[in-house]
Amino acid sequence: MKTVVIGVIGADVHAVGNKIIDHVLTEYGFNVVNIGVLSSQEDFINAAIETNAKAILVSSLYGHGEMDCKYLRENCDEAGLGHVKLYVGGNIVVGKQDFKEVEQRFKKMGFDRVYPPGTNIEDAVKDLREDLGE
Amino acid sequence: MGIHLLVDFGSTYTKLTAVDLEKEDIIGTSKAMTTVKTNVLDGFNLALEKLKVSCPDMPEITGISACSSAAGGLKMAAIGLVEELTVEAAKRACLGAGALVNLVFSHHLSRKEVKQLKQADIDIILLAGGTDGGNKECIIHNAKKLRDADLGVPIIVAGNKDAADEIEEIFDASNQEYYIVDNVMPKLKMLNVKEAKEVIRQIFITKIIEAKGIKKAEEQTGEIIMPTPEAVLLAAELLAKGYEDEEGFNELMVIDVGGATTDVHTIGEGFPKRSEVILKGLQEPFAKRTVEGDLGMRYSANALLSLVSPYEFKQYYEYDETDIEQSALKRHENVEYLPDTDQERAFDNALARICCDYSMSRHVGHVEVVYTPLGNMYYQTGKDLTDIQYVIGTGGVLINNEDAKEILKEVNHKSNKKLELRPTDPVFLIDRKYILASMGLLGQKYPKLALKLMKKYLV
Ligand code: B12
Repeated sequence: MKTVVIGVIGADVHAVGNKIIDHVLTEYGFNVVNIGVLSSQEDFINAAIETNAKAILVSSLYGHGEMDCKYLRENCDEAGLGHVKLYVGGNIVVGKQDFKEVEQRFKKMGFDRVYPPGTNIEDAVKDLREDLGE
Repeated sequence: MGIHLLVDFGSTYTKLTAVDLEKEDIIGTSKAMTTVKTNVLDGFNLALEKLKVSCPDMPEITGISACSSAAGGLKMAAIGLVEELTVEAAKRACLGAGALVNLVFSHHLSRKEVKQLKQADIDIILLAGGTDGGNKECIIHNAKKLRDADLGVPIIVAGNKDAADEIEEIFDASNQEYYIVDNVMPKLKMLNVKEAKEVIRQIFITKIIEAKGIKKAEEQTGEIIMPTPEAVLLAAELLAKGYEDEEGFNELMVIDVGGATTDVHTIGEGFPKRSEVILKGLQEPFAKRTVEGDLGMRYSANALLSLVSPYEFKQYYEYDETDIEQSALKRHENVEYLPDTDQERAFDNALARICCDYSMSRHVGHVEVVYTPLGNMYYQTGKDLTDIQYVIGTGGVLINNEDAKEILKEVNHKSNKKLELRPTDPVFLIDRKYILASMGLLGQKYPKLALKLMKKYLV
């Protein structure tokens, strides 16, 4: 069973989506380690190390995602998690922005997959299977 | 019926407490120097003689229970993966079992660290790392390193269960003594130290006592059942929880200011008291013990001094003309030193106050203000002890000190340490008869009586 860490980054308290992601990924056979809302980069990283996670799925809903996610890739690499895939989704930037551009910005920050608002978790499941192998 | 005798083989003194089971009272206490270097029974017998002299009509001794912290106590090394997670969980298992944690390592053991393990005087190693189903590569690496080092010390493996079989093979291939127990952190942030603690105690009883030359005592006392600090922790837990219809004190703290260390025990959940505070970090044990090896009245007096500036020291000490370093060194070098002037007593009080203050900073939970785009938020790590009702002082300096309660006030909330979740307005009690460890022992067989006696004699 593949382990993934999920959580909501920064000072963000939007809890509903996080619960749904937990539920859906568990249904699809992932071992989900949910660190919940209000999680720091360090919380994601420590959880991934101890649980040997293959991917980290970051949620950000409240608009400050760009700031909160900065250097997450670098910090993971530093902690020996270079092999761990980084996904991000939710409402990751402030207001309505051109998603192509947003995606580019987050990819440049080292995220492997970037999802627009209202994404179906099933899409992410497909990507996870592709990225992590069955 | 008759007398149940409680024996504590301490690092300096062997202490006896005689409990009359019929009268339900402590009828006498005595102490003599611990004699591990020659024959540990010499000290015990001398203390027993003294006890018999002071209570000539003592009924027959019908039972004995003993604990020990002699010959340096129980020394352990804790090894885990991430510092805040499995390393911390491993440390808590050791401390909860009454050990001193002399070495702590995280991630992959290096040659240098293995060398430190070889040179240190360690009794047991606790090896953790990874949640169940999580990382196993690190703990396997460390198991191999430990096998190759051939330290001749028992290893308790309390990590990712998925690694257990492989670790068994690694250790079976050598004659490494090892025990595989439940993971100290089976799930992220979940603390599970019960089995690890039990096995630590088991090894202590069967092996360590012997290695330290205390086994001989068992000819007289029967099995020495636990390390002394564990007995204190059990006493505190009993006193907090109560037993049957005998009510306890609820959440409480015991602070034991010793010559080499200051131990703090708290019994209580310590959850956040305010809704806007978010709890962070590894789950806290209900009965929590921390030990500060650099805070002590004698052996550690000079280590303590290196923590405070001369200016700070003056905040605790009113005399001007003393050579502070010299006074600390004198205590470090002569651990049996007793102050004989007002000034020396004041110096001891200053040390004791620093022990209380600093150990509290490290024991209690902290809040951290996080400045977010949405304003301030508060994260709490550790226990919120602001509502603790009772703080009980024990240890040589405090129990014989008139100013004990004044000294204990140092544990209280301080305006310059606002982010520390210290007690605010507790009742202070002193273990004047020095019975806490004994009552932890007695509580194993006669919990209700032990509880009654603590309520009577902690004043
Ligand atoms: C309910 C809600 C709240 C509640 C949250 C209660 C709680 N504890 O959960 C409260 C009232 C507390 C709240 C507060 C705020 N909110 Co609000 N909130 C909402 C609201 C109405 C619904 C959120 C929700 O639960 N959706 C339902 C779940 C199922 O969907 P979801 O969270 O989007 O998650 C799904 C997908 O996004 C996706 N997904 C999420 N993460 C990831 C990650 C990956 C890798 C993938 C693949 C997919 C994925 O899958 C999830 C499940 O289907 C939204 C508007 C909206 N309709 O979305 C605003 C909204 C998110 N909030 C917003 C704002 C601005 C705030 C506040 C800053 C308001 C303020 N000024 O105080 C605060 C922030 C508080 C904080 N510290 O976080 C904005 C964010 C704007 C932006 N990003 O630019 C929104 C979009 C409203 C808006 N249109 O302006 N909010």
